[in-house]
Amino acid sequence: MIEIKNLTRKFDQVVAVDDLSFDVREGEVLGFLGPNGAGKSTTMKVITGFLSPSSGSVTIAGFDIGGRPLEAKSLIGYLPEGAPSYGDMSTLAFLRFIARIRGYRGQQAEDRIAAVMRDVALESVAHQTIETLSKGFKRRVGLAQAILHDPKVLILDEPTDGLDPNQKNQVRELIRNLAKDKIVIISTHILEEVTAVCTRAIIIDRGKIVADGAPGELEARSRYHQAVEVRLSSEIDLAAELAGVAQIAGVERGHSGSASFTILSRGEPIFAQVSELAQRRQWPVEEFHVRRGQLEDVFRTVTQSAAGQ
Amino acid sequence: MQNLGIIFRRELTGYFATPLAYVFIVIFLITNGIFTFDLGGFYARGQADLIPFFSFHPWLYLFMVPAIAMALWADERKTGTIELLLTLPIRLSEAVLGKFLAAWALTGLALLLTFPIWITVNHLGDPDNGVIAAGYIGSWFMAGAYLAIGSCMSACTRNSVIAFILTVSVCFLFVIMGSPILLGAFPDWMPQAIVDAVAALGFLTHFDSITRGVLDIRDVLYFSVFIAAWLLASAIVIEIKKAN
Repeated sequence: MIEIKNLTRKFDQVVAVDDLSFDVREGEVLGFLGPNGAGKSTTMKVITGFLSPSSGSVTIAGFDIGGRPLEAKSLIGYLPEGAPSYGDMSTLAFLRFIARIRGYRGQQAEDRIAAVMRDVALESVAHQTIETLSKGFKRRVGLAQAILHDPKVLILDEPTDGLDPNQKNQVRELIRNLAKDKIVIISTHILEEVTAVCTRAIIIDRGKIVADGAPGELEARSRYHQAVEVRLSSEIDLAAELAGVAQIAGVERGHSGSASFTILSRGEPIFAQVSELAQRRQWPVEEFHVRRGQLEDVFRTVTQSAAGQ
Repeated sequence: MQNLGIIFRRELTGYFATPLAYVFIVIFLITNGIFTFDLGGFYARGQADLIPFFSFHPWLYLFMVPAIAMALWADERKTGTIELLLTLPIRLSEAVLGKFLAAWALTGLALLLTFPIWITVNHLGDPDNGVIAAGYIGSWFMAGAYLAIGSCMSACTRNSVIAFILTVSVCFLFVIMGSPILLGAFPDWMPQAIVDAVAALGFLTHFDSITRGVLDIRDVLYFSVFIAAWLLASAIVIEIKKAN
């Protein structure tokens, strides 16, 4: 378990992380979200022991990252932002270096290296110098070094940045497979990634937590949660048609120019009522479906309202 | 201690994975040859010793050693690998020492490869090989002192060219501290004790006595403490600067 208590990190006078507290348990895949400069990377750097906190504490499976750094760090696999690695080494030489630091020797080291190279599909570039590799391969070299010692805690700063859609899927699959008895923390600004792999999402803004919950719960906070989208073949005054229905919060016009509308719910499902009304009044419906709340809406709402204060 | 060895090996193979090590060694040997035989008047002196060879080393190192040292930490910061390295389960001291020792081993290797000069002088005459051995040890320790300064300067910046210039400047200061150039510039009223203290901090005071064959434990101790102090400073600077 990772326990983060009242973590604050300042750079000179700028507060990057502001009194952050949360726990992460085994089996959780935590998506760490926030606008650029919200303090995501700084938080990760403190959790992994690269930066020391200005105040507060981080403990990894009981080991304080400041007090027992070696024990804590040996439990963590970390992919720093930009996936840095030693460019003048070959993929294999680099992973051998990491394996030795992680305490593997001889055949055991070779077996582990072979296994992770298979997991992230690096075999074809084993003997190539890292600086000559494409961005996608470099990222996977970074992932390989992070998972090499089968760590209890996996911390990945933007793991799929720079990968093509197929590689993104592979990496997400890999993370899902790895996650079973581990703690995984992923920072990303690709929101679909959170829905795809995370069991929990924390949105931070200006160093503070502004939302924390399962991706589904957060989506439910969206104003578009349970909303119904309709597209009509001709204009009718939809707002007036729906004026009497109590569960309906309002009607928004779509951006596409045609007669498309989003009917907002107050939280309860409104599909049945709207559909019944549409049939009874014979709206010229071309398209009709329920929208899921989008994490993106929630993200925008919570980070902008915090900025407005 | 195991980690120290692993980092040392990685750094040393890193030097030989790029042309850096080869270029360094070749230029070092050529410059040494020119300095010793041409400028040093090796033959004209008619003496079987390596004084001309060693006496150029403080000036030769002034340019050669910072070239090795400049990348030690500046490149780690620039490429972001410092974040990778310092989140591995190793101590900062192991990283600082491992990198330093690898660079020091490279200068040691370059120094060893000057052995043809030693063969030449033994072929031509009957030199005191004890004095020559002392000279080699002294020269290597002095190279270590330059490197330790370079390690600290390299930790100060993510730009290796700036690190190079800073290292050359600071090393130059320590070279001239013991030389008549600086000591002669002190006004007459300056107490002799202060002048002596400044001279004692300079490289030349210690290096000259070693090359003359006096391998005094105090001179070796001077360089050892000097190296340790600058490496400690490196660690402190890395700790402070890694945040930005």
